[in-house]
Amino acid sequence: MNIRKHEKPERLKKMANAVRCDILRMTLKAGKQGGHIGGAFSCAEILAVLYGAVMNVTPENAEAQERDRFILSKGHSAVALYSALYENGFLTEDELNTFEKDGSLFQTHCIENHKCGIEISSGSLGVGLSVGVGMALAGQRENAGYRVFVLLGNGECNEGCIWEAGMLAGQLGLDHLIAIVDNNQMQLDGESSNIIALNQLDCMFSAMGWNVIQTDGHDVAGLVQAFSRILQNGKPTVIIADTIKGKGCSLTEKKAEFHHAVISQEQYNDAMKELQND
Amino acid sequence: MIEFNGTNALYWSRLSSRKTYGAILEEIAPEYPNLMVLVADVAASAGLTVFSQKFPSQFLNVGIAEQNMIGVAAGLAKARKCVFAASFAPFASMRCYEMIRNYLGYMNLNVKVVGLASGLSMGVGGNTHYGLEDLAITKMIPNLTVVSPADCTETAKAILALTDYKGPAYLRLTGVAGNPAVYKEDYTFELGKGIVLREGKDIAIIATGTMVYESIRASRVLQRKNIDCTIVDMHTIKPLDIKLLDQLFASHKLIVTVEEHSIIGGLGSAVAEHKTGIVNTPKQIMIGLPDTFGKAGDYPWLLAQYGLTAKAIAEKIEKEWMTIEKGGN
Repeated sequence: MNIRKHEKPERLKKMANAVRCDILRMTLKAGKQGGHIGGAFSCAEILAVLYGAVMNVTPENAEAQERDRFILSKGHSAVALYSALYENGFLTEDELNTFEKDGSLFQTHCIENHKCGIEISSGSLGVGLSVGVGMALAGQRENAGYRVFVLLGNGECNEGCIWEAGMLAGQLGLDHLIAIVDNNQMQLDGESSNIIALNQLDCMFSAMGWNVIQTDGHDVAGLVQAFSRILQNGKPTVIIADTIKGKGCSLTEKKAEFHHAVISQEQYNDAMKELQND
Repeated sequence: MIEFNGTNALYWSRLSSRKTYGAILEEIAPEYPNLMVLVADVAASAGLTVFSQKFPSQFLNVGIAEQNMIGVAAGLAKARKCVFAASFAPFASMRCYEMIRNYLGYMNLNVKVVGLASGLSMGVGGNTHYGLEDLAITKMIPNLTVVSPADCTETAKAILALTDYKGPAYLRLTGVAGNPAVYKEDYTFELGKGIVLREGKDIAIIATGTMVYESIRASRVLQRKNIDCTIVDMHTIKPLDIKLLDQLFASHKLIVTVEEHSIIGGLGSAVAEHKTGIVNTPKQIMIGLPDTFGKAGDYPWLLAQYGLTAKAIAEKIEKEWMTIEKGGN
């Protein structure tokens, strides 16, 4: 797949780190509203690589027909998307600072906003892949050439609609459709292995006629490599990115209570220190 | 160019409203290159078999997956398509209700969800296949236009109007093959504008779907008893034609709503919701399906069971009218 392989891993790593710092800052500023830190931290590198090295979408072409589309299906990680969009010039600092403020366009779950690069409103899990199938299908029928990237959570894959969309994408051979599973192995109620384990996601997607690529979702070079390996061979592709929920600081890593949390100034200071030393 | 005349009205009536749906889309597809037609494994039932062969690039069968169908329709609409997506009414409206709310209503996307064979028309198919609540639940969703045509000609008119209307809608198709025609010649159809089919001075009967024809027949029975009824085809449930309603409230002594839908939440409720804010309006009675899962059977038998025939409607109205005449209201 055509991506910007020349992007230096250091720059992407730095972007992922900046995304985490933004997430933490916004969560602190949101006060008692808190933020979905866990799932936002786990997808920081995925977003950095997508915006920094993979997707053809910029603030200038955010509404152009030929842009690549990004759908955040795991809509509760909107805070990560806002940060990634901010780091890439789609959002101003003032806009970012309205996170979870009354009447703001940047709430817990994202609201469609083409100007700012937010393709769809999401929050209810399990439907982003369907919308991605629709967009990719339109592109396929019109030979449009744009690609559609959909970020899913592993918990979200409990939803039946993911599999309805997956089967159809395989049937239609939508090779401009790329799903990325932020496979952090946790969900709201804790470890996925105790709820719905889904430890054969690769086989499940493969059985539906998808290309499957597995990678470490925190290794930016590995992610770049994974995206560059995508073949447009008449099949959609899923990248199963193994991640750690809350990745980035000891306060949040693998802690179910940080799926959504309110943080104190002290927690913020400690966590920020860790992030900045990274 | 679709012609509206007696011959076509008869032809479409014989087809049924759901097959008229397919026939009309087949006619207009070449004029609307942006049209995309989705079905959840109901192409034949929706009269779209020929369409799928003639216009494969404008057609997709998503399989038995209504939730995914709405998501895919949303994605296509995002790519500037005008999408029609159909399944049997309970599946098209309820199985994927949240997707309709979040993706079509919330994002205001140009998708028309089509509920086929709504009301009781699935007959011996039973309660799983009846569309008794679709008007109630779809009219609650902001931005969604809700349309319920009186017959096959109006189904054709509604499809044309919805194709030109840019926004989300739910189209509720009722009746079976051979259902009688209300409209036999060309007429003006406008979304959100009820049609006065007959003007009377005593009672305003506001009906939708198949019940428009039964109400016309009921009014003839009542006319013979010197009870003079206005008949309104309220084909758009949302936005409701409140201007027309206000006129009806001001000039009649009794308001009757008739629908092949639960008496909870449908046309009757919509009319009552508007009426409750206005002082000195006439009494309203609601004729529709009771709040129950009844027994299944042949379609005409079901309509008779629930008093949704011209005769039963006339009797109910006459009884109510007598009370009013005696000043017992």
